[in-house]
Parts: sequence; structure tokens; C-alpha cells
Amino acid sequence: MKELKVDPIKNGTVIDHIPAGRVQRVLAILKPRSTDIVMMGMNFSSRAMKKKDIIKIEGRELTQNEVNSIALIAPHAKVSIIREYQVAQKSRVEIPNCIEGLVVCPNPKCITNAEPMVTIFNHNESEGRELTCQYCERVFTADEMIHI
Amino acid sequence: MKHLISMRDLSADKIVQLLELAASLEKDPSQIDLSRKVMAAMFYEASTRTRMSFESAMKRLGGEVIAMVGTSGTSVEKGETLADTAKIMARYSDIIVMRHPNEGAARYVSEQVDIPVVNAGDGANQHPTQSLLDLYTILKSQGTLEGLKLALVGDLKYGRTVHSLAYALAPFKPEFYFVSPKSLKMPSHILNDLTNKGISFREKTTIENIVPEIDIMYVTRIQRERFPDREEYEKVKNAYIINANMLKKAKDNMKVLHPLPRVNEISTDVDSTQYAYYFDQAENGVYMRQAILTTLLGEAK
Ligand SMILES: [Zn+2]
Repeated sequence: MKELKVDPIKNGTVIDHIPAGRVQRVLAILKPRSTDIVMMGMNFSSRAMKKKDIIKIEGRELTQNEVNSIALIAPHAKVSIIREYQVAQKSRVEIPNCIEGLVVCPNPKCITNAEPMVTIFNHNESEGRELTCQYCERVFTADEMIHI
Repeated sequence: MKHLISMRDLSADKIVQLLELAASLEKDPSQIDLSRKVMAAMFYEASTRTRMSFESAMKRLGGEVIAMVGTSGTSVEKGETLADTAKIMARYSDIIVMRHPNEGAARYVSEQVDIPVVNAGDGANQHPTQSLLDLYTILKSQGTLEGLKLALVGDLKYGRTVHSLAYALAPFKPEFYFVSPKSLKMPSHILNDLTNKGISFREKTTIENIVPEIDIMYVTRIQRERFPDREEYEKVKNAYIINANMLKKAKDNMKVLHPLPRVNEISTDVDSTQYAYYFDQAENGVYMRQAILTTLLGEAK
């Protein structure tokens, strides 16, 4: 494994390959607790992405559900669970079947943009990166989504 | 079936059940008694025709109707949320029928209340009772839904009714002609969906040559506002006006449908031909809405 320019962690979670500039939005979704020790790395060089951001959270193992909630803004993120300085588990983010309250519906005539309510988007693995608004039933690609 | 919000929620079996109940209610409305049941019409847009069709359906089965039409002078105008308005209406009634300019409004209301909700149109999204009454009309006039040849004519780009009808018929192996001006063609995502479902269709810009082949001609309005310039509208508008002369070579079973109101896209000289079926279509709407209200109120036998 290539040397990282932030300190290794003993136990916790590393999220790598976040598109450069999105680390703060990823953290806003993950909502670290006040007891979590969080390290952010920005603009690391990456062969695949040119530049990337990295997050390390000491002392907390993110669940796959928590990790998946960042799939829309960091679709190629790689997640490692670290135990005793070793990578115990690796996973990729996947768009969850249901995304609640994370994005705005791009359809201006959607009821979610007219009433004080939470947006819900549904996703099937077979649909690739497409999401369907539970309300207006329109289909959007993940890249069209507007994040709250 | 708790609510009727979108055709996407309906299985082919459920559609067949509703068609059968509509036919049975048309024959014998006395089998169902909805007296002491109250339907609340929540109409954020006027849509008088749809509302009166529902009211007629409810009242002919003995039920009562309360209505909010438009928002002026109501709590909505004072800033009440849709959820609050719906929750109050749910305390006053047994079933809500709603029309709203925003897409997804009926789905949202169905999540907020404990009584059944019927979507009577949510913006450009869904109008499932129209789709179901269209199916009932086609079934009644042809004796089957299977393997029919249909021409959908007019504004196919923005026409929610024709989009919905294309999907609603898909399980019954239809053959479609999509007849429209070039600028108002059926959207490509719908054509792709139909191709994926193995449905055959052909796109045309004129109707004349296909009249002898088709079982159903479904005509919709072409609105001037849909055209970027007036000149183009003037050029095409007459090509999509159906008159009795154009129907001379039609098959005996061919019927002309239109969601109404028509403006001039079907000449009145068609009305007295055997092909005119749009007024029957309007009447069929009452039977289909009776079937829907009866089913959702748990009164279907
Ligand atoms: Zn939406």
C-alpha cells in the first residue's frame, strides 16, 4: 500500500478516492460524533482521479449503510475498516435502494419542492446510476442530483 | 389496493378486476350501496370535467360528496400545508380524490392520511383514472384489449394521456401508430421503454393512409402554445383535424376516442358516424370511477 500523508490509524475507517473538493460534503453526510477523531486529506494525487480527497475516522467503524449514503457524491470511494493498524475489511460504496433527505429533486414541479417534506429516491441495482423520485416518478442520473 | 396513485402501482390482474367491476356496475349499479360514505374532492385546479365525473360516480352509488375547488378563500391561501389540509379532509370523509398541479402531490397525501386517496391528476405525472377509463372504453368497444392496432394522434410529446395509455396497453400486445407533427413526437424514453417491452410501433406524420388498418384512433389536442412559432402551428394544425370524409375507409369496428374537451381536432360531422365514441368514453369514465371508489372503500363484492 502506498504511503499516505496522514497518520495511520489504529482502529477505525478510511475512505479513499473521494473526488477532490468533496471531502466536506462527505463529512456533512456522515455526521461524525463529537467523540470521533477525524482526519481529512485534500488534493492528494491519484493515478485514476488525478486528485482525490481522503477521510480517516479513528475509533469508529462505519456500517455499509452509512458508507452507502455517500455514494451519490463519491461514487468511486473505497472504504477500509482498520483494526490494529491492519486493513480488516475493504468495500466499495453502492447506491442504496432508498435515499432519504440527502438530495433535492431536480424537477421544479415536484411536490417535494413545494411542501416542507423529505425527499425520497428509489434505486434498483439494475438501473445503474439512475434514481427515481418516489413522488414525481421522474428518473434522474446520480450526476444530475442536487445535494442538500 | 389501498390507494390509486399511479398506473405503475397496478398489476395486470388488478386492472382486469377493475375492468370487470366497471362492466358489472354499468349493468347493475344497485349491487353497491355507498350511502353514508363521503368522498372529499380536493381540487387545487378546477378540472371541472374530472370532478363532475367523480361526483356523478359517487352519487349514483348513493354516496355523498364534499368539495374544495381551487384554493382561493380556503385555508390553503392562508398558508396551510398540503399535509394539514389533507389530514383535516380525512377527518371529514371516507375517501379523498385529489387534483394538484405539483407532481407527486397525491402520493405524498396518501402517506399522510389513513383513508384511501385517488389521484385525479398530478401535474404532468399521472392521471390513472383517465388511463383506466380509456382501457375500459377500448375493451367495451372492441370486446378485447389483446392485439389491437391503435393510432395515437396529436400532441404526443406533452400529452400525459397518450403516454399513460401506451404503458397501460403494453401488457396486451398492441400495435401502435404514433401520428404527430415532427416537433411533437413521442418522447424517446417512452419509445425505448416500448422497444424494451417488445411493443411494435411506427411513427407517422399523417393519418390518412393508416385509417383502413386501425381499430382505435385516439385523438388529442394540439395546443398552439406548444409551438415555437405561429407559422409552424398554422402549417400543421389542419393535418390533424379528423373529419367524416377521412374515415370512409375505416374498418367497421373502428372507434374514435378523445379525452375531451375537444376544440376543433374532431369535426362535428364525425359525431353522427358509427365511429364516434368519445361521448361514450366520457360516460364510461363514470363506471370506471365507480369501480375505483367501490374497490378502495372496501365495498367490492
Ligand atoms: Zn420529484
